[in-house]
Amino acid sequence: MKKIEAIIKPFKLDDVKEALNEIGIHGMTVTEVKGYGRQKGHKEIYRGAEYVVDFIPKIKIEIVVEAAMAENVVETIIKAANTGKLGDGKIFVIPIEGAVRVRTGEKGKDAI
Amino acid sequence: MINSGDTAFMLVSTMLVMFMTPGLGLFYGGLVRSKNVLSIILQSFISLGIVSIIWVFYGYSLAFGPDIHGFIGNFDWAFLKGVGLTPGTYSDSIPHLLFCAFQLMFAIITPALITGAYAERMKFSAFIIFTVLWTTFVYLPVCHWVWGGGWLGKLGALDFAGGTVIHINSGAAALVVAFMIGKRKGWGKDAIMPHNLTMTLLGAGILWFGWFGFNAGSSLSAGGLATMALVTTQLSAGAAAVSWIAAEWIYHGKPTTLGAASGALAGLVAITPAAGFVGPVSAIFIGLVAGIICCFAMSLKNKFGYDDALDVVAVHGIGGIWGALATGLFASKLINPAGFDGLFYGNPKQLLIQAIGVIAAIAYSTIVTIVIVKLIDYIVGLRISEEEEMQGLDVSLHNEVGYTM
Repeated sequence: MKKIEAIIKPFKLDDVKEALNEIGIHGMTVTEVKGYGRQKGHKEIYRGAEYVVDFIPKIKIEIVVEAAMAENVVETIIKAANTGKLGDGKIFVIPIEGAVRVRTGEKGKDAI
Repeated sequence: MINSGDTAFMLVSTMLVMFMTPGLGLFYGGLVRSKNVLSIILQSFISLGIVSIIWVFYGYSLAFGPDIHGFIGNFDWAFLKGVGLTPGTYSDSIPHLLFCAFQLMFAIITPALITGAYAERMKFSAFIIFTVLWTTFVYLPVCHWVWGGGWLGKLGALDFAGGTVIHINSGAAALVVAFMIGKRKGWGKDAIMPHNLTMTLLGAGILWFGWFGFNAGSSLSAGGLATMALVTTQLSAGAAAVSWIAAEWIYHGKPTTLGAASGALAGLVAITPAAGFVGPVSAIFIGLVAGIICCFAMSLKNKFGYDDALDVVAVHGIGGIWGALATGLFASKLINPAGFDGLFYGNPKQLLIQAIGVIAAIAYSTIVTIVIVKLIDYIVGLRISEEEEMQGLDVSLHNEVGYTM
């Protein structure tokens, strides 16, 4: 099993969700996060005083899938979340040791 | 003879001015960080209680009671003795007690204005002692000088609704306290930004609304003069909002909501002394200039290195000085026969008298505020600990938080 952790632009969430739905991904966890990379923060001015806000809002999506699916999921997210501009985000793929469905106690790939 | 029209108008005006203080709390509340929102709102809110008690005990008497050498009133009206439901010294057509209540609302908002200068770092005990001592030793005498039969009023200084008494007075005190209490931790390095500008805009709207009671009510009657004061108030506030955002659009690249709200406030401050002495076109000019000079006055604190957290000096101090001087330029007896002509109507002496009022208020407020702040620092200490400041005043001083989300 693999976990795909994708950090994307917030306004792309719906596109990514729909694209993943089409390839049969029917569950995910989404978190509102802040951070920065090559895309710098933005400037805010209050009564003439300038502040540079480094951390900009992003969305983090976490999906756990069977290892064979991982490549497909990553490709799908890249396609859906891409705008071609700085700040489109990053995707991390992480090995997962196990999974359990809390309601039934099912384990492994049955749980995801 | 009590006039029911005047009395009804003054009852409503009193309520309008009262509403300004919680409005100020919201205005300031939105400008601080979320961890300090309650502490600053509470300071405004509780002033409604503290100053009311002072006012009845001795405040009204010292400000408006029988004059002692043009400097202060005596104690004859302490505990509102003789301040009854028949007309008194200051108006023939409303109950004396109503005039007293109307003036109380002015006394409440003045020390509350200063809270913006020392926001986010003053001990609550220090705030209470400051409000009591400052009201007693600064507000009451200066109020007496101008309105209570004191020397400035006799000299012919024009202050329709409190430009000198309220705004210059509080602006000078704000500068002193900001210097003496020191900067907030991280000032100039960390981003110390407003946490809720929608709240600030709501507060600005309430202040603007309440200001009609403040300025039109200062005519003490429901008639032509009140109408003129209401109109000039509206025009100056609107003009200053426009000129402020125009100035920042040109110099900072973007027009901002906070700029519009700050501009309106600057315009309201500037028209306060002039409201019942100038005409509509003069009011627009006063507002346009107020918006621009107060906008640029924002940078003074960075230049001179004092942390006037919510810009009391720039808006109330500088705006108040401009308003007092502008009254000496634009006042006209055609608008108010009980006033005087200003420079532009052939009486340059009025500008000089206005300047004397400005200098006297700044000098007196500055010196006495220094003494008061020194004294408080000696007795209870002005400032909260560094740890409390990091944690936020809401939790560390009041054991509550503004938002649970």
